[in-house]
Amino acid sequence: MRAALKTVDQVTAGEALAVDFAGSELLLDPAGVAYFPAERMLVVSDMHLEKGSSFACRRVYLPPYDTAATLARLSAMTAKYDPTTIISLGDSFHDDEASARLGEDAIAAIGAVARGREMIWVTGNHDPSPPDGVPGQSVEMLATGRIVFRHIPEPAETGHEICGHLHPCARLVRRGKAVRRACFASDGARLVMPSFGVFTGGLNVRDEAYAGLFDASRFRAYMLGQNRVYPVGAGDLRSD
Amino acid sequence: MSIATPPPKPSSGGIDLPKPFLEWFASKGWQPRAHQLELLAKAEAGQSALLIAPTGAGKTLAGFLPTLVDLARRGRPKPGTRKPGVHTLYISPLKALAVDIHRNLSTPVEEMGLPVEIETRTGDTPQSRRQRQKLNPPDILLTTPEQLALLLSHKDAERFFGDLRHVVLDELHSLVTSKRGHMLSLGLARLHRLCPGLKAIGLSATVSEPDLLRQWLVPQREKTAMAEIITVSGGAKPDIAILKSKERVPWSGHSARYAMPEVYEAIRQHKTTLLFVNTRSQAEMLFQELWRINEDSLPIALHHGSLDVSQRRRVEQAMQENALRAIVATSTLDLGIDWGDVDLVVHIGSPKGASRLAQRIGRANHRMDEASKAILVPANRFEVMECQAALDANYLGAQDTPPLVDGALDVLCQHILGTACAEPFFADDLYAEITTAAPYASLPRETFDRAVQFVAHGGYALQSYERYARIRLTKDGTWRVSHPSVAQQYRLNCGTIIEAPMLNIRLTRQRKGGPLRGGPVLGKIEEGFIESLVPGDTFLFAGKVLAFEGIHENDCIVSKASDLNAKVPAYAGGKFPTTTYLSEQVRKMLSNPAEWDRLPRQVSDWLAIQKAKSVVPGPDQLLVETFPRGPRFYMVAYPFEGRLAHQTLCMLLTRRLERAKARPLGFVASDYAVAIWGLRDMGRMLAKGELSLSGLFDEDMLGDDLEAWLDESYLLKRTFRACATIAGLIEKRHPGKEKSGRQMTVSADLVYDVLRSHEPDHILLQATRNDARTGLLDVGRLGDMLSRIEGRIVHKDLEMISPLAVPVMLEIGKETVHGGDASEALMAEAAEDLIRDALGQDIG
Repeated sequence: MRAALKTVDQVTAGEALAVDFAGSELLLDPAGVAYFPAERMLVVSDMHLEKGSSFACRRVYLPPYDTAATLARLSAMTAKYDPTTIISLGDSFHDDEASARLGEDAIAAIGAVARGREMIWVTGNHDPSPPDGVPGQSVEMLATGRIVFRHIPEPAETGHEICGHLHPCARLVRRGKAVRRACFASDGARLVMPSFGVFTGGLNVRDEAYAGLFDASRFRAYMLGQNRVYPVGAGDLRSD
Repeated sequence: MSIATPPPKPSSGGIDLPKPFLEWFASKGWQPRAHQLELLAKAEAGQSALLIAPTGAGKTLAGFLPTLVDLARRGRPKPGTRKPGVHTLYISPLKALAVDIHRNLSTPVEEMGLPVEIETRTGDTPQSRRQRQKLNPPDILLTTPEQLALLLSHKDAERFFGDLRHVVLDELHSLVTSKRGHMLSLGLARLHRLCPGLKAIGLSATVSEPDLLRQWLVPQREKTAMAEIITVSGGAKPDIAILKSKERVPWSGHSARYAMPEVYEAIRQHKTTLLFVNTRSQAEMLFQELWRINEDSLPIALHHGSLDVSQRRRVEQAMQENALRAIVATSTLDLGIDWGDVDLVVHIGSPKGASRLAQRIGRANHRMDEASKAILVPANRFEVMECQAALDANYLGAQDTPPLVDGALDVLCQHILGTACAEPFFADDLYAEITTAAPYASLPRETFDRAVQFVAHGGYALQSYERYARIRLTKDGTWRVSHPSVAQQYRLNCGTIIEAPMLNIRLTRQRKGGPLRGGPVLGKIEEGFIESLVPGDTFLFAGKVLAFEGIHENDCIVSKASDLNAKVPAYAGGKFPTTTYLSEQVRKMLSNPAEWDRLPRQVSDWLAIQKAKSVVPGPDQLLVETFPRGPRFYMVAYPFEGRLAHQTLCMLLTRRLERAKARPLGFVASDYAVAIWGLRDMGRMLAKGELSLSGLFDEDMLGDDLEAWLDESYLLKRTFRACATIAGLIEKRHPGKEKSGRQMTVSADLVYDVLRSHEPDHILLQATRNDARTGLLDVGRLGDMLSRIEGRIVHKDLEMISPLAVPVMLEIGKETVHGGDASEALMAEAAEDLIRDALGQDIG
């Protein structure tokens, strides 16, 4: 279970955890974004915008507020860190036609976030084509300095990689109590981002889908708490 | 009363049983019973009727007699004429009951040589037979509420039910209190409209307000319309006793372990004993304890709803063959199936309600003229009083069946979609039809319209989904389904039973290291229980101590544990909160020392010490005690309103105490009392006027505080998930096909969060809050309590714990605290350990 939706103020108030990644300082924010202060670069992944309307096409009417809610959180993060570059690491839109379904308010919100910044849309498996009608450039992958950014983790990657796709979450069990939360998953060489969209569920980091991605001895799940990020070792984590 | 009723006189209505019936009764040496003929006369006169009768009174035959007589008169259809459709629909809450009735009804039909076809239609009926039934319907169709809803959603429903004359609703008392009952009431309203001359016959156990059931059976065009009623008074008074144990009755707990040798002795002295408990885990424990002392190796079996079907069938078979000496069972055996020659019912723990006790005792000696024999085994001292109150109520015939509530809105949404699948509808007509169903008689038009909007495209204030609508308002003013796939979607999601996500329990023979797979299925267990286990933990299931190995897809893999004691006690609380009636009786008993003589000595002594050391509250008073213990300060209150209402009360009191700076740390709720502890002396705060009890227990806590708390409550999320699934917002899971339960839980929670912050007045949130009032939060009962005790709070500041407080204080530490702070603490602790390990030393 996850905590109730936070107000914008609450989202902004979270205390980020500073870690070292590829020789740079990286802030892991409990709202689920990562920020490189030196590069002033904000990374967000798996927003799945317009997931609600995507379901509505199949006549499952999830509340039509997900895009607005997700963008409000992104806007809060932009205000908090004031980045010069924003990387949306794929599955920014829930399906390939989703950007065409964005309402005016959503387009305006994206425009406001991107204004005066470099906005980079990495394509994902849900949104393989460049988005329509929103500012920014679309790329399949991106390499900056020593780090490669792509949507789906590449097990053969030998350098540092930041990716999304898996929606990692971790489950901690102690004294008969269990907590399951979204998390950043990393072994120092690869970082899998948590999903940022308000309608996105999580896949446990113990799932087979993560096989071969991490050096087990250096693995950490950075679990997202209310206002903090908690690093937890593999020994404490359980499968679902 | 006696069964030998005088031979039927030709009454003024002139009801003569047709010849085959008279001959059949004569051949058996029986007389038709008065109530059977009376019901026949009502039906012949075109009236709907409610029959209230104890088990063994020939209720089933009574219910079907009007049908059989009518069909016997009609005779076989003449060759070349159209064979008429279904004549009588029988609805039962259990598939098994429909099958049982089929057997019981076929015998007299065959013996009388009546031209009557009887068939069942349940979830287990093969597709080919269902198809045939639609083309060539039987005269009597035995089915369940879900199947009725499905039949009514088909395009040819009007034709299929065109010849329907009677509908027989069995175990009506148990159906009407649930969402299934709401669904059935809407189906019945539709049947009444499709077949204007339809007669509804309700069969019910004794209930506290029969008039509500009478209204339920007939269209509420005038708000007071009622079916006729026929009441058969109970048979011989049951012989009920409370176990007089030589052992000490424990202060708290639910196991009644202390009484096992005496219970075993009772089993030895009877032919067949039925042992009832309230929960599955209690059943497992009792079964284990009995086998531990089963020196004579008596055949004692276990039966509960989570066991694998084949295992349950074996037990049922053995039961019917009288091969068992005892069976430990939960409510799966509550309803009217005949279980052979039970001559003793033992109830472990309080039955928690007078009517529930009566229904369970009815399982013994399934013949109404013989006295049933029952023993109540209270599990703790408060339960002694509760059992005594239930026993008194049984002698008085007092009933405390649950009150009927307004029809659920999620069920309404589902029904609207089903109706649209059958045929286009005018909103005005459908509204008029729905308000003839008793649970929906006072449904506001505005709410109905919002339900239609919800069905059409989600009913959101932001109307962005109209182009994807399921149903659309067309030019002729009707609402029509937009696409054939909508009907398919409806059929997959139809029904109101949302089971907690369950995992199969599979026994593996390999111990650690091997792959987690394979092995026979022992049954199913709630995912929520497994969540709290780590591999190696042991627990009781299917009468075995099992070790948890891990989870593989939808299977919970276990191995046989070597130790005899399960490490993790399954949830030990009672499943049902004590009824309002029984609680009131317990409060009266407690307040009146003259009554204490009737209680066992150890219990009356306990109450006498309470009177000397603290206060014994009056029947309408609320006693609040404050005392220090260890480094903490406690406040214990005794509302006697059941565990659910108490949990809600605790949550709200804690918020208020926080605001008053009493620094509360935790709480625990039992069926009888609540205890809250904190860092400041609440007794002293009260004395100094820093805290006021009337303010603390003010009814206004059900306003903003409740709303604020609901924001965070996991209980409400669970309620929402059920509402969203029933209403069709989230698709129902189908075994082996859809997502796993866990993933669905996540998405329902996410939807709830988004909806709550963006559209708090949405119809599904309204449905969720309505459910919370009666369901997991019992807010309605809490409200009644708060207004009852206003101005009647008695405070006693003590230097130490009082005798009455001991039971609830013993519960401390047994319950898990859910919610944000505990989860944060857990993660913080794991993070600190990680850092400590990394640094190789202690920090801070």
